Amino acid sequence: MKESLSIVVSGEAGQGLATIEEFLVEALSMEYYVFTSKEVMSRVRGGNNTFELRVATSPIHSLRKTIDYLFLLNNNSFYRLPKRLLPTTVVFGEDAFVSVEEKEKYSLKYEILELTKLAKEAGSRMFANTILFGYIAGMLELNVKVAEHLITKRFIHRGEPIVADNISAFTKGYELGLAYEATLKLKKPASVPPFKVIDGNTALGIGLLGGGINYLSSYPMSPGTSVMMYLTNKADEFGVLVEQAEDEIAALNMALGASYAGARSMVTTSGGGFALMTEAVSLAGIIETPAVIHVAQRPGPATGLPTRTEQGDLNLVVYAGHGEFPRIILSPGKLEDGVLLAQKAFWLADKYQVPVFILSDQYWLESLGQMTSFELSEQYMESFTVISDKDYKRYQLTDDGISPRAIPGFGEGFVKVDSDEHDESGQITEDFDVRIAMQNKRMNKRELLLADYQDAELIGPKNYKKLLVGWGSTYGVLKEFIETTSLSDVAYLYVKQPFPLPTSLKSYFDQAQQVVVVENNYTGQFANILTLELGVNVTDRVNKYNGEPFFIEELNEQLGEVLK
Amino acid sequence: MSKFDFKHDIDIAWCPGCGNFPLRTAILKALEELNLDQTQVVFSSGIGQAAKMPQYIDASYFNGLHGRGLSVAQAIQSVNPKLVVIAEGGDGDMYGEGGNHFLHNVRRNPNLAHIVHNNMIYGLTKGQGSPTSPKGLKTTTQVSGVYNEPLNPVALALALGASFVGRAFTGDVEKTKEIIKAAIAHEGYAIVDIFHPCVTYNKVNTFAWYKNNSYWLNQEEHNAQDFGAAMNLALNQEKFALGILYQNKEKTPFHKAHPYYVNDSTPLVDRPKRDITKVNALLK
Repeated sequence: MKESLSIVVSGEAGQGLATIEEFLVEALSMEYYVFTSKEVMSRVRGGNNTFELRVATSPIHSLRKTIDYLFLLNNNSFYRLPKRLLPTTVVFGEDAFVSVEEKEKYSLKYEILELTKLAKEAGSRMFANTILFGYIAGMLELNVKVAEHLITKRFIHRGEPIVADNISAFTKGYELGLAYEATLKLKKPASVPPFKVIDGNTALGIGLLGGGINYLSSYPMSPGTSVMMYLTNKADEFGVLVEQAEDEIAALNMALGASYAGARSMVTTSGGGFALMTEAVSLAGIIETPAVIHVAQRPGPATGLPTRTEQGDLNLVVYAGHGEFPRIILSPGKLEDGVLLAQKAFWLADKYQVPVFILSDQYWLESLGQMTSFELSEQYMESFTVISDKDYKRYQLTDDGISPRAIPGFGEGFVKVDSDEHDESGQITEDFDVRIAMQNKRMNKRELLLADYQDAELIGPKNYKKLLVGWGSTYGVLKEFIETTSLSDVAYLYVKQPFPLPTSLKSYFDQAQQVVVVENNYTGQFANILTLELGVNVTDRVNKYNGEPFFIEELNEQLGEVLK
Repeated sequence: MSKFDFKHDIDIAWCPGCGNFPLRTAILKALEELNLDQTQVVFSSGIGQAAKMPQYIDASYFNGLHGRGLSVAQAIQSVNPKLVVIAEGGDGDMYGEGGNHFLHNVRRNPNLAHIVHNNMIYGLTKGQGSPTSPKGLKTTTQVSGVYNEPLNPVALALALGASFVGRAFTGDVEKTKEIIKAAIAHEGYAIVDIFHPCVTYNKVNTFAWYKNNSYWLNQEEHNAQDFGAAMNLALNQEKFALGILYQNKEKTPFHKAHPYYVNDSTPLVDRPKRDITKVNALLK
């Protein structure tokens, strides 16, 4: 495990936890390596929500289970956390937030911090969050100028006096934090390169814009909705037609209609909503109309745990839709890949005329981390459409199975797409020979599209004997394991495209005596796909399915047992 | 006859005597008389015998899933408002399977014509009750007769605020054609519920039945801008009024109301490619 401080703030929905989190991570990012993630209950007000801010001396992208500093914001914010305490943990809060009995039971190092009282003294209860920001910034001796700049940026639209009041509240908190004699310290790294602090939602949003998205239809469902909200906020500036659909069935049918008419369209949803879209996925398959589908996973079955995380829908997207047709599934684990894969999704969908899935999860979408700046290439804006001539046939049989795609209204021909089996012109047919020709043409793309397979990344020693495998959001925690393990013969294969798999991927498994697939689900869905598609002998599976992501300590323990 | 007619023989999958044939004639004539550019017309349909109509018209089409023709049509129209978009299907397709899309696309008021074949029965699935089947109609799945209240699509469309509501009967091709023309010309959502017999499965609501149980409005006398009058006609089901029941030309269509088009009416498909440097600025 990397050297780090784990700071957890625990309160209730509606207390503004997200604001403190954003302030802190932005300020910390200038002087430390930092990663933060939240866990919230499925409600609008009340309950118990927390965020963990992990501060480190080297790059990190994962969470700790244990807490160093715990800040309580009300008397309902402690009861879920005792099992995450260490003997060294320091708890901050009003005296009454934790009972005398509990303080004794857990031998708490308890520091009185009366945020509400301090805020009232500063002029209003509203300043409690700013004071807490100041306090933690003070404890870590963060740059005051940076913090003040962030406060100004956030509040300037509400006027100078509000900015001044918040800065003075911050200063008050900062002085108290500075004066606190910290028992747990973390040396500041000599220097930290400039990073962009970004969450998965924003990374995807930027990538989608870079891929040329101009149409989005979706029905709200957590955690898939944040991408819709991001794009709605950018809609004017970038030209995106966003339409909230009446249901998920309409959403994907609309996206396909828009795509047919020449838009770069997508939908964003979660497992339950996606289940309603499956008939339209199959439609995309037969009409060969591009579509990008973002599925943000959360634990099922059915409503499951609406605000928690899981990697339980890989099978769903691999097999969704009746009949047989090719598709591509991308799953980012690194923030950079969130941007890059989202951009490329449209290009792939257009190039191969297949549905392309972006499979993420609640944890990955809602965690904030540091990303090195880079630039997107215009290359992936390329559109593969043609202008039709008089004799245009939408499903013209070609050598590779890809028929030139025209847009209705552009050219002299007609663009006829049909969910029935169809001939080259798009007319309905029941001719068995035509059926075979069309099915062969569509299925031929399954091999073809592997030419653009998103290569997996090997992290760790090249002469490994034991191979850990993960896809999507387990990236951060597996990478930290590899970077900190004392075992010298373990590497980690970070898979970015879990389906379909090229046979070339098999070479990674040739030298591995042990293959351990780590997944945030019960059955090990990707492990099964590896065996099914490539015949990989998966020797061990490490799974977690309680609704939380893997914590580094847990993974150390679980892998410690497996990698013997 | 019509440039939208096929130039070669086609094998049409409808039963001899099906009401779809005269309706096809009415549509072909309407398109011809409106002098539309064939390449700018797009049909969107779902599944069923009615939804096969676009197969037999020389224009572009998106023949998609059961019940979803309206959703697809709305999206096509919204990304390219220059196109003439027609959503077409049967009573089961549009009012049953696609019921939710019907409700919400009336609210959107997209500029499209919505043609619904209403023969009060399911055809392609072989004679089950449809949302508009009258009580008592014996079907292959309601063997002792339909017991649920039939849907009143024109009253429902009016109640939802549809900007154009029409009803026709293919017994009069000329009048049906005129209503279809008016629906296509209307800027906004225009539904035309079209009575026609199913000669194979509906032995009650026959050609003669439709003829005897409906009457054509005198459009000169009926004030189609009078919502109350239209609703009265829609709710009176002893004898069904045929014609343009209601038209509101003032209602803003989707492609002018949506924020995407409020300040710039350039169709989405005609706008310049995105400037990647602007996207890259977000990564700084």
